[in-house]
Amino acid sequence: MIVFNQVQKSYQVGGRAIPALHSTDMTIETGEVFGIVGHSGAGKSTLVRLINLLEPVTGGNILIDNENITRYSAAELRAFRRKVGMIFQHFNLLSSKTVADNIAFPMKLAGLYSKAQIRDRVQELLARVSLLDQADKYPSQLSGGQKQRVGIARALACRPTILLCDEATSALDPQTTQSVLRLLAEINKELGLTIVLITHEMDVVRRVCDRVAVMDGGRVVEMGAVSDVFLHPKHPTTRDFVFESESIDSRERQEDLQKANGRILRLTFKGESTYKPLLGSVARASGVDFSILSGRIDHIKDTPYGQLTLSLVGGDLAVAMSALEAADVHVEVVR
Amino acid sequence: MDAFLSNVDWPEIGIASWDTLVMVGLSLLFSVLAGLPIGVLLFLTGKRQLLEQPVAYAVLSFVVNVLRSVPFIILLIVMIPFTVMLIGTSLGVAGAIPPLVAGGAPFFARLVETSLREVDRGIIEATQAMGASVRQIIFGALLPEALPGIIAGITVTAITLVSYAAMSGVIGGGGLGDLAIRFGYQRFQTDVMVITVALLVIFVQILQMVGDRLVLYFSRK
Repeated sequence: MIVFNQVQKSYQVGGRAIPALHSTDMTIETGEVFGIVGHSGAGKSTLVRLINLLEPVTGGNILIDNENITRYSAAELRAFRRKVGMIFQHFNLLSSKTVADNIAFPMKLAGLYSKAQIRDRVQELLARVSLLDQADKYPSQLSGGQKQRVGIARALACRPTILLCDEATSALDPQTTQSVLRLLAEINKELGLTIVLITHEMDVVRRVCDRVAVMDGGRVVEMGAVSDVFLHPKHPTTRDFVFESESIDSRERQEDLQKANGRILRLTFKGESTYKPLLGSVARASGVDFSILSGRIDHIKDTPYGQLTLSLVGGDLAVAMSALEAADVHVEVVR
Repeated sequence: MDAFLSNVDWPEIGIASWDTLVMVGLSLLFSVLAGLPIGVLLFLTGKRQLLEQPVAYAVLSFVVNVLRSVPFIILLIVMIPFTVMLIGTSLGVAGAIPPLVAGGAPFFARLVETSLREVDRGIIEATQAMGASVRQIIFGALLPEALPGIIAGITVTAITLVSYAAMSGVIGGGGLGDLAIRFGYQRFQTDVMVITVALLVIFVQILQMVGDRLVLYFSRK
C-alpha cells in the first residue's frame, strides 16, 4: 500500500519555489492498477517520481507498506528502489548492452544474485515478454513495442512489488499500445504487482486501471473507481478527458442537444444490463418514442458498459424512467 | 630522384619515426589516464548533474581552460623547469612527455565531458531507479554508453599529440619534428622535410582510420 500524507513538491527556479505538486493525500492499494491522468505539466510525472524518490519530497511523507520512505538513508533508498520497477516513455534502454544484458543489468547492480541465477531469470523474463529470439540483439535493432517489452522485463528482474509506468505507451502506435497494456494487465494479475501508471490518454486508463486520479495544475482534482470517474465525470478537466477519449467535441454536442425535441436523458448501463433488450420494451410499456442522439458501447477493463443519450417524446415519461431505473440503469436528466 | 633524396639518412628517419611513436603513445596513455577522471569529474560536478558542485566545477574548469588556452609552443617552454624536476631532463623523448600530457590531458578531459553529456538523461534516471550508486551509474551506464564518443575523443587527442610531438622538436624533443627542424629547416634539406611530413601524414591517416573503425564497432545505434 502506498500512502501519501500531505505530500508537496516544489522546484527552486531562480531563487523562487515553483510548486509542482500541492499538498496531496492519496492511497494506492496493494495489487491494484492505479492510473494518474493529466495534461502535460499537470504534475503527474513529478508525482510518479516521488514514489521511488527520484524526486525528493519538499513536504509531507510517503508510506509504503507502513514504512516512511522519505526518511530512508542513501543505502536504504537504493535497496528500496530495487523493489520498485519503472518503465519509461522512451524506454531508456542501454544502447551499449544486448537485450539479455539490459534485463540482467538491475540484477548485476543489486549484487545479490549468482551468474546462474541471473541467466535463468533472464530466460524466464524473455519468455514472459515473448522475446526469446531477440536476446542477443541490441535495442537499436528492435521496434518500439519490443523495446518497451525489454523495459518491462528489465523492470521485473529483481521481482519488484510496485511497477511505475511513466507514459509507457505514449510513444507507441495504437496496436502496440494494446499489446503492451495487455501485458501489463497480465503481469498485474499473475504477480499481484501494484501498478501506478501515468498517461494523458483516458483510453489507457479505461483499458487497464482499477482506480484513477485526475490531475490538473499540480492538484488531484478527482479520484475514484475508473467506472465512476469515467461514466460520471464531475470535474471539468475529467469531463474533457472523457470527451476527448470518445472523440466528442463538447460544443458540437451542445448544438446537437439543442436541436433535439422533448426530454433528454443520458442512460448508463454497466455489466450484464448492457446486453438486455431494454429500450424497446420500455418504449412499448410507456408509449414513449425515443431517438438516439449519441451512444457508445465498450469495456472498462473487463466490464462492459453502454452510454446512450436519448431524446424522449410523448407517452408517460414517469413510467419510462422508473422502468429504466428498475432495470439497474443509471438515468441522468440532461434537459 | 637519387639526387633529390641524397640527404635522407633512412636509419635516422627510422629512429625518429620510432621516437615519435613512443612520444605519442606514452603521452596519449598518460593523457587518457589523467583526462578521463578529470572529464568524468567535470561532468558529474556540472550543473544539474549527479554530484552538482558549482565550486569544484569552476575550479576544475578554470585549470583545464588555462592549460588549453596557452599555445602549446609556449607550454613547452613554460614546462621546462617542471619537466627537469620530474624527469631530470627536458630533452629527448622523455623530456617531451610531460608537456605533451599537460597539453593533451585537459584537451581530452573536455572531450570526455562532452561525450558524457550526450548520454540520454533518461538512461541515468533509469539506472538510478534500479537502485544504482553513483559509482555504478558511472561504470555501469555512463562510460559504456559514452564509449563511442570517448574513443572518438582518444582519436582526436592522438592526432593532436602527433602535431604537438612534432612541435616539441623546437626545444629538442626528438622524433620526426626534431628531424624536420634540424635538417629540413635549418639546413635547407627539402627532401628530409618532405619525407618527415609525408610520414606524419601517413601516421595521422592510420590513427584516424583505426579510430573510426573502433567507433563504428562500439556504436550500437
